[in-house]
Amino acid sequence: MAERKVSVESEVGLHARPAATFVQTAAKAPFDVTVAKAGGQPVSAKSILSVLALDVRQGESIVISAEGEGADEVLDRLAEIAAAS
Amino acid sequence: MDRRETGSTHPESQEQAPLLLTGTGVSPGSGYGPAYLVVGDIPEPAAGSRHDGDAPAERDRAERALDDVAADLESRGARAGGEAEEVLGAQAMMARDPGLAVEVGQLIDQGVAAPRAVFEAFGKYRDLLSAAGGYLGERVADLDDIRDRAIALLTGLPMPGVPTSAAVPFVLVAKDLAPADTALLSKDVVAAFVTEQGGPTSHTAILARSMGVPAVVGCAGATSIAQGAAVLVDGSSGHVRLSPDEDEVTAARNADEARRAVLSAVSGPGATADGHAVPLLANIGGPRDLEAALAAGAEGVGLYRTEFLFLDRETAPTPEEQEEAYRAVFDAFPGGRVVVRTLDAGADKPLAFLPPPGEEPNPALGERGIRLFRRYPDIMAVQLGALARAAAGTAAKAEIMAPMVATVEEAAWFAEACRTAGLENAGIMIEVPSAAIRAADLIEEVDFFSIGTNDLTQYALAADRQVSEVATLQDPWHPAVLDLIGMAASAATAAGKGCGVCGEAAADPILACVLVGMGVTSLSMSAPALGLVRAALARHTREQCRLAAEAARSSTSPAGARTAARAELPELGSLSL
Repeated sequence: MAERKVSVESEVGLHARPAATFVQTAAKAPFDVTVAKAGGQPVSAKSILSVLALDVRQGESIVISAEGEGADEVLDRLAEIAAAS
Repeated sequence: MDRRETGSTHPESQEQAPLLLTGTGVSPGSGYGPAYLVVGDIPEPAAGSRHDGDAPAERDRAERALDDVAADLESRGARAGGEAEEVLGAQAMMARDPGLAVEVGQLIDQGVAAPRAVFEAFGKYRDLLSAAGGYLGERVADLDDIRDRAIALLTGLPMPGVPTSAAVPFVLVAKDLAPADTALLSKDVVAAFVTEQGGPTSHTAILARSMGVPAVVGCAGATSIAQGAAVLVDGSSGHVRLSPDEDEVTAARNADEARRAVLSAVSGPGATADGHAVPLLANIGGPRDLEAALAAGAEGVGLYRTEFLFLDRETAPTPEEQEEAYRAVFDAFPGGRVVVRTLDAGADKPLAFLPPPGEEPNPALGERGIRLFRRYPDIMAVQLGALARAAAGTAAKAEIMAPMVATVEEAAWFAEACRTAGLENAGIMIEVPSAAIRAADLIEEVDFFSIGTNDLTQYALAADRQVSEVATLQDPWHPAVLDLIGMAASAATAAGKGCGVCGEAAADPILACVLVGMGVTSLSMSAPALGLVRAALARHTREQCRLAAEAARSSTSPAGARTAARAELPELGSLSL
């Protein structure tokens, strides 16, 4: 299981456009991808409703996890989206 | 054109459904097409409703409904473009959410019918989002909309919201329409509007006139029209005929063409028969209305409603975006006047980024117009700055005015803000009776007046424009309203300054003559109304207009004022008015 821990830097948090881009990218992966707030329950990163409901605000950390061939590339890409301001 | 008929149903045949409904005609012309009923709330599918046992088929049905909703949202987004595309695209993602699909599938496997399963699955996310509040709390409305669309598809109910494309233009039938419902509508889609509520100055009426689409409002029984039934709408008489025969439809079309022919016979700048110039200007909501304004021969813009740039968004438009929209309008009228009204928002036209302080019991009397600018001076400074930059590079004469000014102090404050921003021509709207009564004091502070007759009537008669039960009071022909207009026009004339009218009263060709007779210096209206007003003015002298105004103000009722004015305007008959 690979994972990345990143701090969300967008002013709107992981909502609105960043959330949509994040979920669209995760949805392309052929394996499960999860996202959780640090210490929280992981949810599917492919579900916009679940990601929104996490209510990640600017400055909060998230942990993104996946397992499978190419998981590292997908996680790097997702971490980049989440960390973008 | 009788606008005084009000809603009652006249069953004309032995059949159960009445074949003729009558309301108030508020946008002339005739329109024919299948009825499209806009429904409000989709009822909650009954708790405990079960499917017939074929779970895979039921799951398939639910999946398809959600997918259809998503596809529809995406295609509407693609047509709208820009920010709307992004918003609708995000909604489509919600409809296709895999987590949601799993929940729906599990419920159906337990025997729950698809509509109820969709309702319950959405319920879980709805609770999560609304508990978070703020931005997420506001997404609850999006979620409800998607849920209701899917349930409508599954239960065969009409779809909530207004479609933005159609093979054949339809007659849009609704209880009432909100500005957000109608943002994407065009003449290619809507043949006519019929609403159960609303009066001559409701949003539907104003929108219909600006689109040049016939409309009947305050039409009792309208929402009982069957979905898809053929409807013929007469936006002058207020008649809404169901299942008309071919001859009726043909006769209505011919009459429409004859009316257009009379109008196209007069052209050029507005003037009375004896050559007194009365510039005829257009009311617009943005650059997209320019084509119609220019085609109708508008000499400029008398009311640019900038709030359309701000509606339905989460953040204020950027200074650059504003500047671009303003410049497009200025550039369309080199040498002409363009009167821009600053953002007119408030509890009745709420903006996500300018929240009013709280729930207002009476939004019309609350913190709206310039009052909201006092709370958010930064928004005003950005708008005035963008206007000043856009105006600097064009040949149009930019005039900027503020809505809802009630006091001398507000007028002075706004004029000062305009000058600080580098805008030379600062004016105010006369909509509040206090401003009309003390017009001589207010005109000292500003360069011009523009009378907004819709709100002025609403406030003078204490009759809420949104309440159809008091729609008959909402009549600019009321002698009290005419007196207030007369006061403002006289004060401006005495100060050597201009006083236009940009309310819907200017669009009434008979009243337009009366306004000119009271000293109003320019008239602004939705583009389709320009032709008939130009023709009415061209057939009467300034003295005839003055006599008509005098006669109207000597009357004691709106109907009396209208009759008295008509008697002084002998050429109206030649225009079939």
